Amino acid sequence: METSIIISGFGGQGALFAGQLLAYAGMDAGRFVSWIPSYGPEMRGGTAHCTVIISDDEVGAPIVARPDIAVALNLPSFDKYEPLVKPDGLLVVNSSLVTSESQRADIDVVYVPANGIAEEWGTPKMLNMAAVGAMLAARPVLPLAVIEAALVAHLPASKQHLIEANLQVLRHGFAVGQPARA
Amino acid sequence: MTKQLLKGNVAFAEAAIRAGCEAYFGYPITPQTELLEHMSRRMIELGRVFLQAESEVAAVNMVYGAAAAGAKVMTSSSSPGISLMQEGFSYMAGSNVPAVVIDVMRGGPGLGNIQPSQADYYQVTKTAGHGDFHPIVLAPSTVQEAIDLTVLAFDLAEKYRTLVFVIADGAIGQMMEPAELPEMRPLPEKRPDWAVTGAKGRPHNVISSLFMGAEQLEQMNIELQGKLRQIEQSGEVRYESLAIDDAEIIVVAFGTAARVAKTAVKRLRAEGLPVGLFRPITLWPFPENELARLAERIPAARSFIVVEMNAGQMLHDVREVVGGRVPVAFYGRMGGIIPLPEEIETEIRRQYAQVARTAMPMEARNGHHIR
Repeated sequence: METSIIISGFGGQGALFAGQLLAYAGMDAGRFVSWIPSYGPEMRGGTAHCTVIISDDEVGAPIVARPDIAVALNLPSFDKYEPLVKPDGLLVVNSSLVTSESQRADIDVVYVPANGIAEEWGTPKMLNMAAVGAMLAARPVLPLAVIEAALVAHLPASKQHLIEANLQVLRHGFAVGQPARA
Repeated sequence: MTKQLLKGNVAFAEAAIRAGCEAYFGYPITPQTELLEHMSRRMIELGRVFLQAESEVAAVNMVYGAAAAGAKVMTSSSSPGISLMQEGFSYMAGSNVPAVVIDVMRGGPGLGNIQPSQADYYQVTKTAGHGDFHPIVLAPSTVQEAIDLTVLAFDLAEKYRTLVFVIADGAIGQMMEPAELPEMRPLPEKRPDWAVTGAKGRPHNVISSLFMGAEQLEQMNIELQGKLRQIEQSGEVRYESLAIDDAEIIVVAFGTAARVAKTAVKRLRAEGLPVGLFRPITLWPFPENELARLAERIPAARSFIVVEMNAGQMLHDVREVVGGRVPVAFYGRMGGIIPLPEEIETEIRRQYAQVARTAMPMEARNGHHIR
């Protein structure tokens, strides 16, 4: 069993850290994982994305043409990855910033107001955690408890005082993450 | 030790530190800058030497100096920076001093881009500078191997008084994977006998690559070649093979291209296609005998496909070994593009269909080139 996940957004939306969190949690759960970022010029102001593979076998290719799951934190990411999600895959859409709706009938789509949840339960920058929570509710790639433990263990030292708020945002994202088909 | 989620560039740096690297000289360049950044913090913490030079040319000459003084020394760069360092590498080869070089390759030629590439295979393996020499070249395909081969690089450099390159591409440098670091080794207590450490109470040691007499220089070259032949024959060759015993198609790839090819090979095996993978880990010395044995002793082996992130460079080493016995095809991407497993699967299927038509005369199959 292998799950490929692309998380994509503007620089500063936390797409790369959200991916790292999944990779840490996968590693802690004893799975094989890889995390690879886009590190081109888009890192400087444009969209940034990362690909995470969580697998029961050693990871070969660290990149995929079509992911099982895509998390689109902004409109350019929605436009790019909505057509690429594998049939029967999952698309998580940050509906706070993306007003488009997927027309695909062959994938599950979760609309999560990630900015709104983050502002209500934490700080605006935690929108990535709301999106990850919603993703996990729709596709339990890893148990929520494992992600929570990974967050506590791997949040940088300078952010440790924000753990509780991050957990709140993660859980509220999880609560709204029920998928719907077009 | 438990596994940590480590970025390839950080893994290279920390592995070097734990292997006993005493001095690092470098100049920042994407996609390996995190390596230098990690060194800039950790080497200072440990009271060792970290120096960001004014250029790659300055950095490599500092490496030469530290190596001549008997220090365990390393530099790192990416393709254009490695080009700038080549004069210094040649001087070090001519002087028989050990050093480790990490090359995290990017797309070229020229400034190219910062995406992953394997287009410097020729540059590094054929000779890393002017004159007749080869560095030892190691090619990791995972973050764990980045660690293990960096430690090995220091050991081989010291053992043979030679340059050892560890070549990766931007993908290995940038990606994170769980990996285990080795214990910290103690630093060496004494300098090698040949090092220039001050000649008090003993004859001078001379570290130089200048030999004005032709006969003297030829003698030096004979000795250098003797050392290289010794390396080739000393069991330093490393490779990995997967599912080759009954393989009719054998994919040959290194580094990131090999791990992508591994995914393709596993998927096709699951469908029952007789395909295997041969992954050189030492690019110099190249695993010629092992590859030749595959072509000779596996009766099923009907075709090789070399997969690289370049226009076909290792391809020619593979052809030299197995060409004439079995056809060697090629699939490559350039410009910093990582091939997808699906692309490699398509090429394997195409080649399989082609060799299945065994009526094709050998001459026509030899040197058949896909793309």
